[in-house]
Amino acid sequence: MSALLEVDHLAVTFDTEDGPVLAVKDMSFTLNPGEILALVGESGCGKSVTAMSIPALLPTNGVTRRGAVRLSGRELTTLAERDLEALRGKEISVVFQEPMTSLNPAYTVGKQIAEVIQRHQGLNRREALDQAVELLVKVGIPDARRRCASYPHQLSGGMRQRVMIAMAVACDPKVLIADEPTTALDVTIQAGVLEVIRTLCRELGTAVVLITHDLGVVAEVADRVVVMYAGRAVEQASVRSLFAAPQHPYTLGLMGALPANALRSGSRRLAEIPGLVPAPVDDPDECQFAPRCGRATSECRAARPQSREIRDEHWVACYHPGHEEDGDG
Amino acid sequence: MGDVSGDVLRVRGLTKHFAGGSRLRGSSHQVRAVDGVDLHIAPGEILGLVGESGCGKSTVGRCVTRLTRPTSGSIELLGTEISTLPEWRMRPLRRDVHIVFQDPYSSLNPRMNIGDIVAEPLRQQGLRSRSERMREVGDMLERTGLRAETRSRYPHELSGGQRQRVALARALIRRPRLVVADEPASALDVSVQAAILNLLLELRQQLNFSCLFISHDLSVVEFISDRIAVMYLGRIVEQTTRDQLFTSPQHPYTQALLSAAPVPDPLVARDRVVLHGDLPSAAAVPAGCRFHTRCPVAVDRCRVEDPVLSDVTARDHLVACHLVDPVTGGPDISSARATYDDRLV
Repeated sequence: MSALLEVDHLAVTFDTEDGPVLAVKDMSFTLNPGEILALVGESGCGKSVTAMSIPALLPTNGVTRRGAVRLSGRELTTLAERDLEALRGKEISVVFQEPMTSLNPAYTVGKQIAEVIQRHQGLNRREALDQAVELLVKVGIPDARRRCASYPHQLSGGMRQRVMIAMAVACDPKVLIADEPTTALDVTIQAGVLEVIRTLCRELGTAVVLITHDLGVVAEVADRVVVMYAGRAVEQASVRSLFAAPQHPYTLGLMGALPANALRSGSRRLAEIPGLVPAPVDDPDECQFAPRCGRATSECRAARPQSREIRDEHWVACYHPGHEEDGDG
Repeated sequence: MGDVSGDVLRVRGLTKHFAGGSRLRGSSHQVRAVDGVDLHIAPGEILGLVGESGCGKSTVGRCVTRLTRPTSGSIELLGTEISTLPEWRMRPLRRDVHIVFQDPYSSLNPRMNIGDIVAEPLRQQGLRSRSERMREVGDMLERTGLRAETRSRYPHELSGGQRQRVALARALIRRPRLVVADEPASALDVSVQAAILNLLLELRQQLNFSCLFISHDLSVVEFISDRIAVMYLGRIVEQTTRDQLFTSPQHPYTQALLSAAPVPDPLVARDRVVLHGDLPSAAAVPAGCRFHTRCPVAVDRCRVEDPVLSDVTARDHLVACHLVDPVTGGPDISSARATYDDRLV
């Protein structure tokens, strides 16, 4: 499979009053057609910034972006705003975390979905509205025709998120970026929304970049995972490989911290990761996880480990990988 | 000081109704946030109270700590009925019950230093001299994994996890018999959450308090609790030991909730009940069983008759559902299951 989307040595820096903030330091990954790729990591690791760089949704003022983003071989970082507008919603679309703030409260949801269709497919208002109804049926909204006339505040959180998904897939995009799409939702609602994303994207052949902090969600829906720490990918693998044998000490720490995993191993103590995430102010040539890592040696502090393939399609940036607690495996 | 042998907390028929509606439009209705809750907590026990947003679980916590006055029902704290006590009579009892809130950013006064924040419960009751208070504060901070010198810092200098440790230190400095923890780790990243949950279990071991642990996260509740109560729309629908709840959940809502929780293992077969519809509003509680609008196995009786929380199958397993059978247990909702796993290999 040739890659649909390639992110190549992406780096994003924000200029602030307190100096530059290195949000993303060096990210490379590829997305295959029809695949669901999860970017996972804790707050501040740069996962959202990485994803928002793809359709260039970051502010241009005070932001420096380096590296390349290619969609079907076409370079996106150098596109003019007009070309980007033609691209967004049609080839790449986005579902945000908080559906209330990303829908316009002053228009009915039918009109908002139809607007995307009118703009990109040149249909008239009637035809576009009919399509909007069809989309609402697809995302599992009952009584879709009547719901088209509802305003966002008349819908529940789960329904709003379904509307956002309907809008995002309206023009059959190649790539859907979903930024914590279920984090604001209750667990019984989340299950339904995740299922819509999965089945709909399978059906339409849409590839998905799913941003989440929840390894449970990753295991539920993703095909492949990139684990991020401090602006870099520390591990990349298929979901099965990552969960069967996590390699990077940080990934291991995250998994050990999950109550569900402690319960399965019969432990009444969760694994903790000591210390704090480093402030994103500089980028020394060392492993950024070393200060918090039980396996760290002088090697880790002397030079940054490069990402290498240690098993089939399983990449890790660590000198001491292995999924056994004692070290190399 | 109440009886030592019995439960630390006994709640019966607790209700809290709020007035809703718009005065401008002349409409008014009652929001039945808590609508008949029964629960009890034994000494040293952690009771997990789990439910989705809007089910009333936080309001239960606020009633139990008397931060809000219940509409009706009884709350016995260490044998003393506190639901109707006037504030001045409640005051001396406040040493026995403390609360930890979800958001450590808004629950600590930004203008007070950490030492004063943690010492506040002592100062409020005019206890000890200032130097003695500070010694106790230092001890409490160390127990919660902070350095005693943290005393002189301010909340904005600390991380979220550190702030939650401060909130725990403040809650525990009077050695309360009951701690209400309202989503204490939900605002934190998973690795920080792990540290706070470990700390809570450790401190419970050392100081032997009981805890009402409120959370929406099933895996957290399963990890930390001895017993669990599941709440839906103002009512407890199931209450039992942790093992019972997870091995043989009986209420259809509990079954659906368990099956909806994401499992961090891609090899586990997804065998999922997807509930249809949304949580009804607490201002318009459905007649009959309040879960019948979303229940995949509801029958006619469920639409008219409100089930009571009762011990049909075992003494320590309470369920509010008409369909629970003394022999076969809870109804089988698997007919409504949707199995799927079509991911690319």
